[in-house]
Amino acid sequence: MCGICGCGQTPDGTKLKPVTGKSQLILKQGHGHRHDKNENERLVKVEQDLLSKNNAYAGQNRIYFKQHNIFVLNLVSSPGAGKTTLLVETIKALQGRFPIAVIEGDQQTEHDADRIRATGTPAVQINTGRACHLDAHGIGHALMELDLKDHSLLAIENVGNLVCPSSFDLGEAHKVVVLSVTEGDDKPLKYPDMFHAADLMLINKTDLLPYVDFDMERCIDYAKRVNPDIHIISLSSTKGENFSVWTDWLSDRMTALFNREQTIAG
Amino acid sequence: MHELSLLENVREILESHALSQNFSKVTQVTLEIGKLSCVEPDALRFGFDVVMKDSLADGAELIISELNGLGVCRQCGQHCVIETLYDPCNWCGSSKVDVVQGLDMKIKDLMVI
Repeated sequence: MCGICGCGQTPDGTKLKPVTGKSQLILKQGHGHRHDKNENERLVKVEQDLLSKNNAYAGQNRIYFKQHNIFVLNLVSSPGAGKTTLLVETIKALQGRFPIAVIEGDQQTEHDADRIRATGTPAVQINTGRACHLDAHGIGHALMELDLKDHSLLAIENVGNLVCPSSFDLGEAHKVVVLSVTEGDDKPLKYPDMFHAADLMLINKTDLLPYVDFDMERCIDYAKRVNPDIHIISLSSTKGENFSVWTDWLSDRMTALFNREQTIAG
Repeated sequence: MHELSLLENVREILESHALSQNFSKVTQVTLEIGKLSCVEPDALRFGFDVVMKDSLADGAELIISELNGLGVCRQCGQHCVIETLYDPCNWCGSSKVDVVQGLDMKIKDLMVI
């Protein structure tokens, strides 16, 4: 009988009783026979992306951001790479130049949003519960809670996870992947999807380089193999090394966006 | 396990098609999964029963058709089959290869009653 799906058919077509009462079949393609066709069955073509629903919400978010000239970053990394500290220091460096708001994603707690609010910056915490990533629908709801200003920066700190958030577009302008030197230089090859999806890689905690076995050149080579166009900045959020390269990258892009909008409006 | 989220999307897509195309039961779901996409076909198979239970696709067969990864080399312009996102061009060895196929995940078709 068919040992793959448990349907109770033999290769010569005679029927056996199913082994269990459960009718659910898990079938690999091309396992040697066709199942009985119900004469009322018909084929419906779908050809629809599994992420189509999320992508539609992301599209709506993107339209909202464009209408209000909001520059949006989606920060992704493993847990503990230093995303929240990076954000706190970024806010301190850019505060007063343009309005900033933050959406924090974690499975549980308000800890990260509290750290952002302590800088005087508005923050909404999304607790995803069992889910391992933020999705565009959740961001749309968070936007209703944030009083976002026109011509502002919105930073979305995703759930710490180097796999799942890579697939879910939130409507951002750029995905920024943060990799800390304590995690190892081969992360871009071990988790290629995220580095392929990101536009910018921040190699964080460079102040710890003397204490860890991390080959900077190798890490950059691996990231470029996965994504030849990825932009890379190494920095230390806590000690400030190279931090202005990152804040310049950010403010250059924001200024370009705002100027472009003014040109179009003019 | 974002495969569960993806399967919940599949169920919602089936439900919306049931209304527009007038069917009440799905007996077979065919997915096309790119080999470079961020999903594990076995995890989809594992979660399918659970997510479809008590829906219009309760008891449906799942067929997964895998699509090869394909790239175009920036250096020599040739198409090449790639197994990972960091495979070099298998013609000239360049690491600058743009993925043109294998990242997508879609529902191809359904058998319905």
